[in-house]
Amino acid sequence: MTPLAVSIGGALASLALVVVVLDLIRRHRLRERYALLWLATGLVLAALSIWRGGLNTIAGWLGVRSYPPAVLFAVAILFIIAVLLHYSTVISRLSDQNVLLAQKLALLEREQREGAER
Amino acid sequence: MPELVEQRRDVSSLAGLSELRCVAIVPALNEEHTIQHVIDELRAFDLGLDIVVVDDGRGAHVLRLPFNLGIGGAVQTGFKFAFEGGYDIAVRVDGDGQHDPSQLARILEPVLRGDADIAVGSRFASQEGGYRSSRSRRVGIRILATVVSKIVGQRVTDTTSGFQALNRKGIALFAHDYPHDYPEVEATVMVFRHRLRLQEVAVTMRERGGGTSSITALRSMYYMVKVLLAIFVGLFRRDVVPQEESA
Repeated sequence: MTPLAVSIGGALASLALVVVVLDLIRRHRLRERYALLWLATGLVLAALSIWRGGLNTIAGWLGVRSYPPAVLFAVAILFIIAVLLHYSTVISRLSDQNVLLAQKLALLEREQREGAER
Repeated sequence: MPELVEQRRDVSSLAGLSELRCVAIVPALNEEHTIQHVIDELRAFDLGLDIVVVDDGRGAHVLRLPFNLGIGGAVQTGFKFAFEGGYDIAVRVDGDGQHDPSQLARILEPVLRGDADIAVGSRFASQEGGYRSSRSRRVGIRILATVVSKIVGQRVTDTTSGFQALNRKGIALFAHDYPHDYPEVEATVMVFRHRLRLQEVAVTMRERGGGTSSITALRSMYYMVKVLLAIFVGLFRRDVVPQEESA
């Protein structure tokens, strides 16, 4: 069975994550679009921490007998990988758009200069 | 065309429109097929109306965005144009042909009368027929309308409608701050938080003339979650004061 301290610690940490994410949205520091995965992460980890029987059962399915919290870590890592991958795609899109903006700006500047020279 | 003559008389009876500078904002993302028709209809409605089309770079219109900013980003570009250009009134008409420009008089009226800062054309405010979108989407719209009505303390029936008319105050607010994707629902709540007056007006809408809705079946769940999350978090923001023109 999962040690009680691990359950309590896990629950507090994941709920803290949810609260921090919500507060970041509130202060316009984080867009809803990019917050959803973090919220899902926090809520799933909180659920697995609080619902100790459930964690035990899932650990049993996976053949983890000695230390059920290992499943908690595994799920956390899985979510973090998902978030990171998502951000990689977002960064790729942003850098594409950045190139496009710089090119557009250069073209506009040339247009403007030539307009002024004429 | 007797219909057009009728419409123009309709407009001139709207006191004061001729002295005001009025702009029509037409977001057109991926809607080249219908946009020209929409523009023609707008011209037929009122020749004095300035029209600004905001598109995602595929078409060749007034404001060409270098890449797709989403509907919110596109519409806000139009509001910024209206704000910087010193327009008194802005109307928003979607480029897909859903909104009937001949009904502009209906949504302009409360704004010109000074009864509202923003008037929204609602498909559901009356028993009139017309296109009301698919049943599953209607359920979503109903849910959002109920939630928003509770929050703002005024009955609203069509929070997803983009058929709107705004005065200078409304233009200033949206030029300054506008939600990024799926903006209308959040914008409705925002309007009330800034203590602007919103009024719904019954209109009929048409089935979209072409293109695809920005809300596909797969995205509608994201849509609901995102919008409800935004509204929920918005409740915890400190109370906002009315937007100053200088902002």
